Amino acid sequence: MRDVAVVGIGMTKFGEIWEKSFRDLYVEAALAAIDDAGVDHLDSMVIGCMTSGLFVGQEHLGSLMADYLGQKQLAASRVESACASGGLAFRTAFLEIASAASDIVMAGGVEKMTDISGDGATYALAAAADQEYEVFHGATFPGLYALMAVAHMNKYGTTRDMLSAVAVKNHHNGSMNPYAQYPFKVTMDQVAKSVKVADPLNILDCSPITDGAAAVILTTVEIAKKLGKPIIKIIGSGHATDAIALHSRDDLTTLKATTVAAEKAFKMAGKTIKDIDFAEVHDCFTIAELMVMESLGLYTPGKAGQAVLNGETALDGKFPINTSGGLKSKGHPVGATGVAQVVEVVKQLRGEAENGRQLKSNPKVGMTQNMGGSGGSTLVHIMEVA
Amino acid sequence: MFPSRIWRESKHRYRLEAGKCKKCGKIVFPYRLICPECGHREFENINLPDTGKLVTYTVIRVAPSQFTDQAPYAVGIAELANGVRLLAQIADCEIEKLKVGMDIRIEFRRIQTDGHHGVLSYGYKFVPKWY
Ligand SMILES: [Zn+2]
Repeated sequence: MRDVAVVGIGMTKFGEIWEKSFRDLYVEAALAAIDDAGVDHLDSMVIGCMTSGLFVGQEHLGSLMADYLGQKQLAASRVESACASGGLAFRTAFLEIASAASDIVMAGGVEKMTDISGDGATYALAAAADQEYEVFHGATFPGLYALMAVAHMNKYGTTRDMLSAVAVKNHHNGSMNPYAQYPFKVTMDQVAKSVKVADPLNILDCSPITDGAAAVILTTVEIAKKLGKPIIKIIGSGHATDAIALHSRDDLTTLKATTVAAEKAFKMAGKTIKDIDFAEVHDCFTIAELMVMESLGLYTPGKAGQAVLNGETALDGKFPINTSGGLKSKGHPVGATGVAQVVEVVKQLRGEAENGRQLKSNPKVGMTQNMGGSGGSTLVHIMEVA
Repeated sequence: MFPSRIWRESKHRYRLEAGKCKKCGKIVFPYRLICPECGHREFENINLPDTGKLVTYTVIRVAPSQFTDQAPYAVGIAELANGVRLLAQIADCEIEKLKVGMDIRIEFRRIQTDGHHGVLSYGYKFVPKWY
């Protein structure tokens, strides 16, 4: 396999972006990434998008976006793995370069979630769950994570405060991110008293409905050197799946796909979790961040909540998590999320994170964990300053 | 919801029909074409028991449109006497009294009315055992 580096990053502001269309959001992020990398062409493009068909009635994204990006006859495709579609696009682009099929590839992600009214977004997102044996019975996405939260609380004594602490930390970080949808701080009390969605999860335990896009340019380390950009090398990539129906899993308190994807990525990188300096993880709900921390092997099962309360995952903690604000504060345009996580890791590794959220520890190795549905798929990537 | 989609699942939803692997004994619900444990492809048709214990639950307060008239409602995962797990609504319960580990039985109930086509769908719900 050839060595692969990320040489360009770009993203739109996340939020309810009424004035911009689905295609313009994508092209804006893509152009920013091309400009940042300084490349004069692309060999191919992979777009992560969960369900543009349900959100905006548009499929066939490879061709549409290549056209609007002014890339005539570009080899372009769309990949899907629910909320992990962006992570999958990144892995697909990585493999394409590593295998020498292409030299310069864009991995992008996009979702336009607010061009739909009423419970249209709920319906579209529920397509990531088991339609006949979960959604049919009235389970919602927050409901599925709530089922895991109750199981986790029951088994390990996880508390309301531990969940709230995740939201408070991530909103604190997001308040320093100019691209965040909700760049404001919240208090423990506000989270605990916010409107109930699916017990024990409240609205401030949930990531929002978001419009947005992100894109990154990958190339060989050799070409990257010629471009003169800081070289952020992809040293590990892991991908795994699990049953999408929660009742088909043996253990509701752990995320098996995350554990296995991480093991694969660590093996490729020749590293363990102890060698990683910080991570962007999939905090679609507060309980998800705790379960991911444990499933990655960062904490033993049941210990993540106390660690967050102790500040161990804060910006100045020993293992900062979601310096961008995470899905919670930055926003969660589902197909774009996995790519936006890469954007943040690259910024931190380049020392370019805005407004005081740059890690002072001079990080060298960062990690992303991007999860589909209620954990039915996971992509893990490890990046290092070359 | 297209009627054939409901009809296809009816043997699972109406009669709790499941498949028991003829080689390793693994019970799959709903029916599958290949055993996820051993890869065998022949199953014996069995009916699931109608009692079990609640493994986890939640109370859905923000509901999809077909369920808004029922909200807030409880949804849970139960483990049946033979170890099979399934997800369903918990009916006829006092939300405050739900507990992990509580005994439930399975009853045949109406699940939802599809607003667009007006199709009624039926299936199983959990009911706390002492009711
Ligand atoms: Zn078997």
